Amino acid sequence: MRDEGGVSIWFFIGISLLVNGILITGAGVWEVFHPPENPVVLFHLHANVWWGAILLLIGLGYCLQFSPGRKKS
Amino acid sequence: MLPLSMFVSTRLVHLSPVDIAIIVFYFALVLTIGFYLRGRANTGEDFFMAGREMTAWVAGLSFLSANLGALELMGWAGSAYQYGILATHWYWIGAIPAMLFLALVMMPFYYISKTHSVPGYLKLRFGESSRALSAISFAFMTVLMSGVNMFAMAKVMQIVLGWDINFSIWVSSLTVGIYVALGGLRSAIFNEVLQFFLIWAGALLIPILGLYEAGGWTNLKVLIAQRASDQYVHLWSTLGTFAGNPMGINWVGIVFGLGAVISMGYWTTDFLVVQRILAAKDIRSAEMAPIIGAGLKMMVPLIVILPGLLGLAVLPMKLTGESGAAAAGLHSYNDVLPLMLARYCGPGLLGLGITALIAGFMSGMAGNVSAFTTVWTYDIYRPFINSKGSDHHYVNMGRWTTVIGVLVSVGTAYLVMQFASIMDYVQALFSFFIAPLFGTVVLGMLWKRATGPAGFWGLLCGTASSIGMWTWVKVDPTALRYVALSPNAKGLAQDMFQALWSFLVCVTVTVVVSYATKPKTDAELTGLVYGLTPVPSVGDLPFYEKPLFWAGIVAAVFVVLNIIFW
Repeated sequence: MRDEGGVSIWFFIGISLLVNGILITGAGVWEVFHPPENPVVLFHLHANVWWGAILLLIGLGYCLQFSPGRKKS
Repeated sequence: MLPLSMFVSTRLVHLSPVDIAIIVFYFALVLTIGFYLRGRANTGEDFFMAGREMTAWVAGLSFLSANLGALELMGWAGSAYQYGILATHWYWIGAIPAMLFLALVMMPFYYISKTHSVPGYLKLRFGESSRALSAISFAFMTVLMSGVNMFAMAKVMQIVLGWDINFSIWVSSLTVGIYVALGGLRSAIFNEVLQFFLIWAGALLIPILGLYEAGGWTNLKVLIAQRASDQYVHLWSTLGTFAGNPMGINWVGIVFGLGAVISMGYWTTDFLVVQRILAAKDIRSAEMAPIIGAGLKMMVPLIVILPGLLGLAVLPMKLTGESGAAAAGLHSYNDVLPLMLARYCGPGLLGLGITALIAGFMSGMAGNVSAFTTVWTYDIYRPFINSKGSDHHYVNMGRWTTVIGVLVSVGTAYLVMQFASIMDYVQALFSFFIAPLFGTVVLGMLWKRATGPAGFWGLLCGTASSIGMWTWVKVDPTALRYVALSPNAKGLAQDMFQALWSFLVCVTVTVVVSYATKPKTDAELTGLVYGLTPVPSVGDLPFYEKPLFWAGIVAAVFVVLNIIFW
């Protein structure tokens, strides 16, 4: 839904996923180089790196597609 | 900076700074949305109905999200641990047929009557007395339920994160109060869609990693059979008798009590969810929204039921009931989702998972508050207190009612804190109205002979019978064998059969009183009853854009899933 001259709900969702993705991927990469003393189960899969990256990419896609500056198709 | 006193020493998980940042960002974003939408909630139609301009996807996601509360997520994950895959019935047969029925049969009537609420439809169809009974009971119960959920969520935050209970109650409720009071239903809907994405983003990793650890679905079933019983992984084959499954229920209770009455009542007449669909921009969107919701609802067991089953298979400790857990210092069934979260999620992911739980709670509360506000303003205040106010006056009333609704919810939360048993009573009270209300609404829509007095008396007698059965079992627990028709029946069976009987009482009384009273003319019922109303067409669309086509797809997937997990 895009309002006249307004911001689409999907843009807000994009922002949310993008920021969360950046934070989670960042935390995951940090953990790769500084492994915790008590790692979570399946730590070796580094889920926060790839899950964060997925959120980041989806968020980026939404932000670009539904950017307020982009013309309504 | 948060005061140190808000933390207590015992907690299930420990958050890192990045987790805290994710949670803080979430709160900042929902408030930003509320402030941004403030300027778009100036008329009654804007504030209470979101301008009736939601697309099918937005209305559908919001419709589902309003129901996807944190307690729902944690409670049903706990039920899956306790009862096995049978808990899935609350997501499949206990939702999908009702959502499709709402889309294809009931939605056109709600939509073309241009009513603001379900009580509003009852007024048009049965008269003022039915509306008053329905509106007052709904408004009262909604705001109390909101408080009960608020307390339960604060309790969860205390156990999981060690947060002070007052901190959780005030921060979450004030945030919801601000964004709903500012932007009305549009703000609630926008945030519900955001919360839907966050819930999935935060919870989906658990089943993915859990299945990896368990060695796939086939191996998971073997592990569950070893640690619990083979009964835990069958959806239908154990429902022949009450004693044959962990839930103590049979197929009659599930199919007729849950599938035909409770879920129909909840998904088609509970204004909390129906309000989201009424905000759709056109009739096709209004029909497609519940169908989209149904398609997504079928997938919710992935993030709710599967983590519960995985907990049964992989967690090293044995979980137990709430009272036993408190006495023995163990974890309860309801802790299974946070435990699984802590098991797999490191920094960042843990914050997202906790945000998913908070988002779930807030979407549920926003749903309650916005529905309460609309019903109070349009179905109680305007008809009975001040019918001559301007549109601007009613919008202001809506804003203030939002604030008051939040404060009453907070008050209820503190009341529950003092008297824990109130929680059980309020939850039971809410269930009293759902089944009879469905009987009244569906007869009103499908049977033109149903009269105004019949609608009122059917609703009243159905509700009274439900209260009567509940009181009977409360006073004498052995009465459950009569209500649920088996000495082996357990608590959940009572809910199903109580709903079934109260629905039948409502329908019977409505039919009998209808034949004893004067019917309305056909002209009076045009636009309100099936057969007397030209149902609006969704337009000349290709088959793949028609709601009926997608409802067929969803129904087919629903049948296949039930067969696969039979």
